[in-house]
Amino acid sequence: MTHQLNMKGVRKTYATGAVKVEALRGIDLEIDEGEYLAIMGPSGSGKSTLMHIIGCLDVPTSGTYELDGTDVSLMTEKQLADVRNAKIGFVFQQFNLLPSLTALRNVELPLVYAGVHATERKERAMAALERVGLGARVQHRPGELSGGQQQRVSVARALVTDPALLLADEPTGALDSRSTAEILDLFDDLNAAGRTIVVITHEADVGARARHLVHIYDGLLRESTPIAVTGATR
Amino acid sequence: MMGWTETLRTAIAALNARRMRSALTMLGILIGIAAVMLTVGLGQGASASITNQINSLGSNLIIVSPSMSTSSGGFRGGGGAVSTLTTQDAAMLADPAIAPDVSAVAPTSSVSGSLQSTSTTWTSTVVGTTPEWMTVRARTMGSGRFFTSEEVDASSNVAVLGSETASELFDTESPVGETLSINGESFTVIGVLESEGSSGTSNQDDTVLVPNTTFAARLSTSSSANSVSQIYLSGKDAESLSAAYQQVKTALLASHQVTDSDADFTVSTQASLVETATSVTGILTVLLGGIAGISLLVGGIGVMNIMLVSVSERVREIGLRKALGATPAVIRRQFLVEAGILGVLGGLVGVALGIIGAAILSPIIGITVAVSIPATLLALAVSLGIGLVAGVYPATRAAKLAPIDALRSE
Repeated sequence: MTHQLNMKGVRKTYATGAVKVEALRGIDLEIDEGEYLAIMGPSGSGKSTLMHIIGCLDVPTSGTYELDGTDVSLMTEKQLADVRNAKIGFVFQQFNLLPSLTALRNVELPLVYAGVHATERKERAMAALERVGLGARVQHRPGELSGGQQQRVSVARALVTDPALLLADEPTGALDSRSTAEILDLFDDLNAAGRTIVVITHEADVGARARHLVHIYDGLLRESTPIAVTGATR
Repeated sequence: MMGWTETLRTAIAALNARRMRSALTMLGILIGIAAVMLTVGLGQGASASITNQINSLGSNLIIVSPSMSTSSGGFRGGGGAVSTLTTQDAAMLADPAIAPDVSAVAPTSSVSGSLQSTSTTWTSTVVGTTPEWMTVRARTMGSGRFFTSEEVDASSNVAVLGSETASELFDTESPVGETLSINGESFTVIGVLESEGSSGTSNQDDTVLVPNTTFAARLSTSSSANSVSQIYLSGKDAESLSAAYQQVKTALLASHQVTDSDADFTVSTQASLVETATSVTGILTVLLGGIAGISLLVGGIGVMNIMLVSVSERVREIGLRKALGATPAVIRRQFLVEAGILGVLGGLVGVALGIIGAAILSPIIGITVAVSIPATLLALAVSLGIGLVAGVYPATRAAKLAPIDALRSE
């Protein structure tokens, strides 16, 4: 069986002025469907760059990257946009909800870009919001919701297109401990239901909740330690 | 791909979120469109009004006016007030042997007169002329009659009033037979002209007509008794008008013993007057419209400016939309539509303002400010075009933003 995500020899080099920075120096990564993987690393380790490439926000300088059977390493900006829309659900540290739109409209947004009809869009957005336990707050704007609720709205937004991969970048970085627990519980539930999740974090307790954990240092994945305890036994 | 209704909805929501700024941005377009509409409308209205006025002077009309001689220098043309035309010129032009295509000749002289009836006083233009005036100017009598050539020969103190002058001076239905004092001289009213309707600045219904002989003897302020201020002629018909024009000019040049280049008079036909007037108003319209157009351009630059500000403010939003699957084309279209909406809304309000302004302005300045449907549609199209053109650069910048850079920005 092919992997849901298959990365081979991925390198990323940035040229800032005269200095060339090698952010990624040959990453091999395979993620199967239903995986819950945490990628941990300190600042400057290349974890943001890796997250951008996994999220198809950027393309590797060299190497190949297949997502859900599609090679995305040589795609154009437009093709990448379509891949992001269909196959990746993003959860950001700062939530990145549009403040002028209601929770429902925020969740509908990926479906708008997918060209989904208004009625179906609303139904699916409602279902996603109910899935994260916010069915009663669909008409609230982000400013009227707590941080944890806002992050749940953004999880709903990430789920609404039924993507191959839920990609979370420091999802609890801006949350208090109670909200952090809520979001991590939600991730556990989603993963238990078969959703593939990749979490980028520098917080050890967040990393510990994943089924597998990899560390990234200086642009290389150092080790891949299965933490069978958490994911498997729960 | 995102549908048009969603694009419009998103754009309207974005503009609505920054209502004050959107309104101020529109103001630039709005003022430009309203200014263009008003100036062009005013030009067209003025042109129509002048044409109308000239056409109401009579049919197949030729007008001879004194003009300053450019090369003879000295006395003849010196004062401007000194007329170079005389009753003899008029008499000569009336001779069928000299100007066969001229059917009627009416020399006129005028002076501002203080009029007094038994009940009231009024100031109007007093014109001394001959019975042919009626033919040449194509006027009809409302009541009474015009004076006859016998009355001209006898220098009778008879006067024909314009309809407005009559109603200002006399309360009665018809003032025929009443007595009137003009600059201290006593006249009998023998008729009232049919109303011509006033157009623009000159009122053809506020006038007093007296025999030219009476005028020269009792009312004229000119030093020369037989000088006239203008000679009105009518051609036999429209076809022979240019022939008549040439005959008049040739005869006058010969009798004044001048060449065309230093002629001390000008001969104009209605057509030439209309042409001159419309070309003058045309130039003015282009000039004013151009200035208004510049304000429209400035408005367009304002839209571009605000759209650029908007793009840099919304870098995060753009990045997020891209992360969620918006293609560069979708982002570009969204910003273009926003700019286009600003343009169209500005244009709509500008057109409304232009129509209201035209309605208010017309009675005040006495000229109809023409607002035509094609001009209005053009104004709307132009405002949409300006919005879109102004939006191209900001929208392209937004479309080109890399999603990672956009998301990273705080």
